[in-house]
Amino acid sequence: MTQEELLAQIYKKDGKAFTALYDMYSKSLYGVIYNLIKDREESEDVLQEVFVKIWKNIDSYNETKGRFFTWILNIARNTSIDRLRSKSHNNSLKNLSADNFVHILDHNTSVTNKIDAIGIKEFINKLKPKCIKLIDLLFFKGYTQQEASEELEIPLGTVKTQNRNCISELRNILQVQ
Amino acid sequence: MNTEEYIASGILELYVFGLLSESENKEVNDMAHKNEAVQAEILSIEKAVINLSYSVAPHLSAANYEKIRQQLIDKHNNNNGVVKMEPKRGMSQYMGWAAAVILSFGLAYQYYQTDEATKEIQSANAKTSKYEQLVASLEQKNNQAENALNVVRDNATSVVNLAGQEVAPQSYAKVYLNKNKREIYVDLAGLPTPPKGKVYQVWALKLDPLTPTSIGVIADKNADYGIFKVDNNDGAQAFGITLEPAGGSPSPTMEQLYTLGKV
Repeated sequence: MTQEELLAQIYKKDGKAFTALYDMYSKSLYGVIYNLIKDREESEDVLQEVFVKIWKNIDSYNETKGRFFTWILNIARNTSIDRLRSKSHNNSLKNLSADNFVHILDHNTSVTNKIDAIGIKEFINKLKPKCIKLIDLLFFKGYTQQEASEELEIPLGTVKTQNRNCISELRNILQVQ
Repeated sequence: MNTEEYIASGILELYVFGLLSESENKEVNDMAHKNEAVQAEILSIEKAVINLSYSVAPHLSAANYEKIRQQLIDKHNNNNGVVKMEPKRGMSQYMGWAAAVILSFGLAYQYYQTDEATKEIQSANAKTSKYEQLVASLEQKNNQAENALNVVRDNATSVVNLAGQEVAPQSYAKVYLNKNKREIYVDLAGLPTPPKGKVYQVWALKLDPLTPTSIGVIADKNADYGIFKVDNNDGAQAFGITLEPAGGSPSPTMEQLYTLGKV
């Protein structure tokens, strides 16, 4: 389903619309949220909050703002960061970069997911460590180019192109052309 | 910049990540509308990161779907452009608000009450300590009065009446002399209140030759019931009281001799 088809459905705000939205994005958003929150139950709670926000504010989204996924990705990151702040979590925001999405796989002890996790880990580990860090900061955690350049000690001017190369690598591994 | 260069710049990745400024965002939007290659590239980038985040997500239980669905469909699906009135729900909504209002008034009132009670306790405490001080000072006065009375009553006490002299003929004073206890008290009740900056000074006198010895300076003649203990002076033959500058003088100012009396 394309974004346009999905949106046409979502605006109806019925059960079918919700199922489509949930099927398409819930797990990706959950991955982003969990990468920030690092607690499964709390992440589920945040995911719920994110869906409520999407549902309530769907009318304020339009395509001139960018991709729909980008819009909900921002909601997921912001809601997670707000949650971390409000709970004054042990993970202070400054420590956000200490862990990245690869570590999620290590900490994920769910048996049902274990075989999957090993497979995923294998493919993700084909990424260069630098790429893992860069994608983690820019995509998962929403760092600005400036922040990422400071964090990883790489020149600001190269952040954009380095990230481009990393995503291209990811696309090769995933075979997304 | 041609399409290839534009794509290679990496701006489309940041567009999908949501990291561009509003104006940059608009620029990419416009490009995507005009250029199919750009649009296709955006979709591929999006697909890749959706896949990635999907892959790293822990297991998400099916219960979540139901939980969220219930919350969204039940709670937010009543407004398809038409406002449906549901009395029960409407009521319960108002009840909630009403309860909140009542609760906040209640809390405010509680706070006010607590605040008042605290103030009352504080003021009561202040009053208590004031009374305690008063009692202490009264006790002290009472002791002094009792002492004075004991001196006056004591069988061994003799009284010396001091008569008013030229500057104040109407005035008088008494000296209580207790030779056993070797104590001397003076009673200044019969003297006028001294002018500001002046005090009464009590002298013990030996008559031959006339030798005055200061045995006390009374700063406030109205304090302590007007009866003051002064220094003992064995062998005093007479007592005199003069008006002196504050702090007293080394020798009596005879022009200001108020009272005088022989033992």
